[in-house]
Amino acid sequence: MHGLINRSIQMFIRDTYGAGVWRDVAQEADIDPAGFEAMLSYDDGQTWALLEAASQTLGRSPDCVLEDLGTYLVSHPGLEPVRRLLRFGGASFVDFLHSLDELPDRVRLAVPQLDLPQLELVPVDEACFRLECGRRLPGFAHVLVGLLRTMADDYGALVLLDRPAPGQDGDHVCIRLIDNGFAAGRSFQLAAGG
Amino acid sequence: MEVMLDRPALDALMPMSLLADARGHILHAGPTLAKMRPEGYFAGQDLFGLFRFKRPRDIAAMAALRAAAGTPLRLCLLDDPQSQLRGAVVPWGGPAGGALLNLSFGLHVFQAIRHYTLNAGDFAVTDPTMDMLYLVEAKSAAMDVSHDLNLRLQAARIAAEEQAFTDTLTGLKNRRALDLVLGRYRRQGTDFALMGIDLDYFKRVNDTMGHGAGDMVLQHVARLMLARSGEGDTLVRTGGDEFLIVLRDRTDLEALRPRAEDMIRALEAPIAVPGGSCGISASIGLCASTQFDLWDTPQILADVDAALYAAKNGGRSRVAVFVPGMAPSQKDPEAKGRRLLARTLPPEAGGSVTDPPLRR
Repeated sequence: MHGLINRSIQMFIRDTYGAGVWRDVAQEADIDPAGFEAMLSYDDGQTWALLEAASQTLGRSPDCVLEDLGTYLVSHPGLEPVRRLLRFGGASFVDFLHSLDELPDRVRLAVPQLDLPQLELVPVDEACFRLECGRRLPGFAHVLVGLLRTMADDYGALVLLDRPAPGQDGDHVCIRLIDNGFAAGRSFQLAAGG
Repeated sequence: MEVMLDRPALDALMPMSLLADARGHILHAGPTLAKMRPEGYFAGQDLFGLFRFKRPRDIAAMAALRAAAGTPLRLCLLDDPQSQLRGAVVPWGGPAGGALLNLSFGLHVFQAIRHYTLNAGDFAVTDPTMDMLYLVEAKSAAMDVSHDLNLRLQAARIAAEEQAFTDTLTGLKNRRALDLVLGRYRRQGTDFALMGIDLDYFKRVNDTMGHGAGDMVLQHVARLMLARSGEGDTLVRTGGDEFLIVLRDRTDLEALRPRAEDMIRALEAPIAVPGGSCGISASIGLCASTQFDLWDTPQILADVDAALYAAKNGGRSRVAVFVPGMAPSQKDPEAKGRRLLARTLPPEAGGSVTDPPLRR
């Protein structure tokens, strides 16, 4: 697993629950408390052990932990660059949704070894989309739920998200758009530092 | 205002344009687009028969395409679903006319350049693709350098850690490593047996044949122990001529007794050293983690030491299994256990000395 993914989980636990909880989780997962380097690769088993230990220690289901991780990735002040890069996807939330098809390719452009699952947005009707998520990273759809919910707020869109149900070809998330321009949302300028 | 462009002007400004009439028949494909397929592939063909639209999804009529003006288009060639194209469309040729599309490779430009052997002349002068290619190549080169550095640093860190947990003379684990392993087993609730090994007559070798010969004997002993160990065994040199083997998931001490006796027999074979050969033996003490109600690492180590002490007192070259009430080897039963453990480890490294006893 790419170090960026493992390190995201580590930082999520540390920033959200504190360094002590991180040490407990690391110990439970039998992982060096010093944690992960972002640009190294690790054995996949460590990631699953980490998530299981986090779920146990926090007393939350793995799905909830992953959803919270998705929220953390685009809302924590220290991770503003992630939110910004996602906002490059489009001027409105719907444009942003359409840009998700290209997200894995964009990510690969920046970090060639980081292989995210294939994403495909399928419009069901005028206001309803199904985001299909490849199987490369089990549980990734749950991360997407947290991420999409927060990005909808960011754009000022009002949406309902349905938790993913695992399917034969991978997971999917159902997105019902109530209002693409419900609130002002957070400001975004293409030029950084604006 | 209306602008009239002839074909060369259109191709210079938009090398990937596609012009279709009201029926959707392709009137012209720009030169870069034309490079993607054999000559004459596009001209006169039905636009919707050659391309599949992903956004707006699956449109297949000119009216729908014209209505998509202002929406970013996503499409691919029908004969190659991997060919991802982006585009913009404007109505062309009056109210019931056709459409002019301007396409681009988007993110797939890197594959496209390789696949269709494109060059700078295939992109409009205003297209920043060349700058993007430059940026990506420069970034990749910089990332590669940084990645190499990461790997070297990581390898150095692992080597340094390995060294910190290794006894340099024998290559076996040292007391710091023992502490980590026992700490991990304690956390995981893993049961184990301890085999404490103390060499007999080793001092004589050291005294009569010199320290060089003594070191060779210790290395020989380590090799014998390694040859007789399996997965799940941790081999530790705890002191001068003292060794400890932690046997994971093994708690039947009587079943371990033959193995310990075999170890003693192997150690008693004459060992060749410069200037002759020498003979040693060993006393072995056994105890198991399941013998305790409380998980107290120093106590467990003190107990294996008590068994070892009993073996020595019983006449050496023998195996003794710990039973409660065995006399400790020193006045303070925990002193030896504590001495066996490194105290330099920070608590977050899993230091079990500082861990309170744990009820099993």
